[in-house]
Amino acid sequence: MSVAKPVATRHAPRRRRLTRRRAVGGFWSAITWLLAIILFFPVFWMVITAFKKEGDAYTDPPRIVFHPTLTEFSQVFSGGAGHPFLHSVFVSLVSVVLVLALALPAAYALAIRPVKRWRDSLFFFLSTKMLPYVAAIVPIYIIAEHTGLLDNDWALVILYTGFNLPLAVWMIRSFFLEVPRELLEAARIDGGGLYVELSKVIMPIVAPGLAATALICVIFTWNEFFFAYFLTATRGPTVPIFLVSFLQSEGEYWARLSAAATAACLPVILAGWIAQKQLVRGLSLGALK
Amino acid sequence: MANVSIDNVSKVYPNGFQALQDLTLSVEDGEFMVLVGPSGCGKTTALRMVAGLEEITAGTIEIGGSVVNDMDPKDRDIAMVFQNYALYPSMTVRDNIGFALKLRHMPREQIASRVNEALALLGLTDWADRKPAQLSGGQRQRVAMGRAIVREPSVFLMDEPLSNLDAKLRVQMRAEVARIQRRLGVATLYVTHDQVEAMTMGDRVAILSAGVLQQCDEPQVVYDHPRNLFVAGFMGSPPMNLFEGTIAEGALTAVVGSQQLALPASVLAETPALLEYVGKPVVLGIRPEDLGAVRPGDHNDSQAGCVLEGRTDLVEALGSEQLIHFTTDARAVEVHGAREDDAEGLSQGTINRGGAGTARIDARTVVRAGDAVRFHIDPSRLRFFDPETAEAIGFATDVRSRGERSSGERPARAGESAADAAGSISSPSDPDGSAELSAGGTSQDRSQDAG
Repeated sequence: MSVAKPVATRHAPRRRRLTRRRAVGGFWSAITWLLAIILFFPVFWMVITAFKKEGDAYTDPPRIVFHPTLTEFSQVFSGGAGHPFLHSVFVSLVSVVLVLALALPAAYALAIRPVKRWRDSLFFFLSTKMLPYVAAIVPIYIIAEHTGLLDNDWALVILYTGFNLPLAVWMIRSFFLEVPRELLEAARIDGGGLYVELSKVIMPIVAPGLAATALICVIFTWNEFFFAYFLTATRGPTVPIFLVSFLQSEGEYWARLSAAATAACLPVILAGWIAQKQLVRGLSLGALK
Repeated sequence: MANVSIDNVSKVYPNGFQALQDLTLSVEDGEFMVLVGPSGCGKTTALRMVAGLEEITAGTIEIGGSVVNDMDPKDRDIAMVFQNYALYPSMTVRDNIGFALKLRHMPREQIASRVNEALALLGLTDWADRKPAQLSGGQRQRVAMGRAIVREPSVFLMDEPLSNLDAKLRVQMRAEVARIQRRLGVATLYVTHDQVEAMTMGDRVAILSAGVLQQCDEPQVVYDHPRNLFVAGFMGSPPMNLFEGTIAEGALTAVVGSQQLALPASVLAETPALLEYVGKPVVLGIRPEDLGAVRPGDHNDSQAGCVLEGRTDLVEALGSEQLIHFTTDARAVEVHGAREDDAEGLSQGTINRGGAGTARIDARTVVRAGDAVRFHIDPSRLRFFDPETAEAIGFATDVRSRGERSSGERPARAGESAADAAGSISSPSDPDGSAELSAGGTSQDRSQDAG
């Protein structure tokens, strides 16, 4: 007993500290959960509403229990949603391919064979992001009008490529920097040219990073509203434009609007889901060695 | 099969840093040449210039008789082993080793047979289909070796290939790399900061400091006849004991502190240049194993002859031998930069005090800390250095080797003395600051040591 007692008193403060730490941790967990739920709730409500009939959608109090149905989804697509979806898919894919095709060589030059004043080049890329979009809309509109690109998917392809390029160059450059220099030197000694260096040495290492970059570009193009609204509103709307016009033309059909919005989210969520593993590796590339 | 000849090669980086200065060195066909020196001495730069990964500022490099200055790495017929192995992470061991052959469009069956041969030689057959991430450090190192040997190149270039291995594995791989090189008979340029690797592996050793070649010769010659203080302090672990002294009385006595070391006539016959130093300061060097410790009064003790007296500070028993750290009343000379990167860690714990030295004696001799000890010195093992130039006095022309620079005068870097290029020297025990011995930039170190 005489031995155990001092041991017990020595441990008491530690235990108290432990309890306190646990309480603090619990508090922050609760805050985090609360914020997450608040942020997620509108999305949750949108998805729920999409599966309701129009009559169940707008009730007071809101109805939680209902018969889920796909009626509104089929209504949306028979009501002309297919066309904007095709536009969005085309614009997103083409612009992402263009972005990668242009950003890869730029990033290679900046990361692996730095040119003189590469810092300035890098800053120039970034500086193009500093101009507020609104400031450019009038000149862009006029240029599009004069070149016959108004209401044309290619106008958006060009614009989105331009917007995404700086970000893509920055991201891909940072992934390229992760490639150990000795690996490239080993390839040079082994007899590989630029093509081998890129395809056999660099690509396997940066592929997750490229996937992450591509996905971020797709998300931006898929959701972009401002330029799409001004440049392609009438004949070639993209999905975000379609959603808004839906509200205007059809009146307050909440269930149908929710179904349309849910459908609009799906491709991006799917792409993210599929690329999840790559994405995590890509976004954390360089975080651990 | 080819030889490498590096002729008056210099490297100046765009920021003005001179990494190499007039390096002249040749690696004969089948020879294992080790480039050794402290970090930042330019050894890796030299290797990378031979590989073609670094531009050559001045001079020429020839491989197999043809100048390769402007040749692509892949056309130089070289293979390189990198410090961190640089294995392609997405390829299996087999693909890693065969990659260079594949790029050279060798027939598939021939690649397979050569790769299998290399795998067998390195004991990697069971790991052929693994990725590098699934291998241990030693196995990765062997894959890197395999990638080099499968090419059957004219020259192997190895950049500290063993430095990422743990101590035990390093000793094992040291022998293995040397064995493979002897078996293949390919000219090899091997860079290391570890002087044990340099001693054990090389046919010849080239010691670099601050971009300047200090000495190039067979390991034993470099060890026994260091050309200057830097080499004396760098090669050997523990390093050579260096004491300030003077030559007196027709070069028949060396005065070290208050002690007089008798030098027989044979020493003068071997180093006639000592006569020029009568009455002048010199630095005396003696290897730890050339000091025979005897306790005063023992039956084999004698007062006369070449005897250095001291007091034991610390005895380190290593089992097969013991290291005696002792103090004399002489002033010890430290070579700065020589021990900064001691891979084996053997010199750690050395007590740097006035007149500190180390003796390596057999394990059976009973010596305890605090004992007064007499060290009997074989005078023929004594080395003498000029404290001004840091050069060995009367550096015998017959030990000068093939790869050595021919001009006697080492060009000093701008703003530095010749002594600086060879590692600046100073006396840690000196209370009043021995200005004549210390070179620029070391006064702060010295005052800290003295304090």
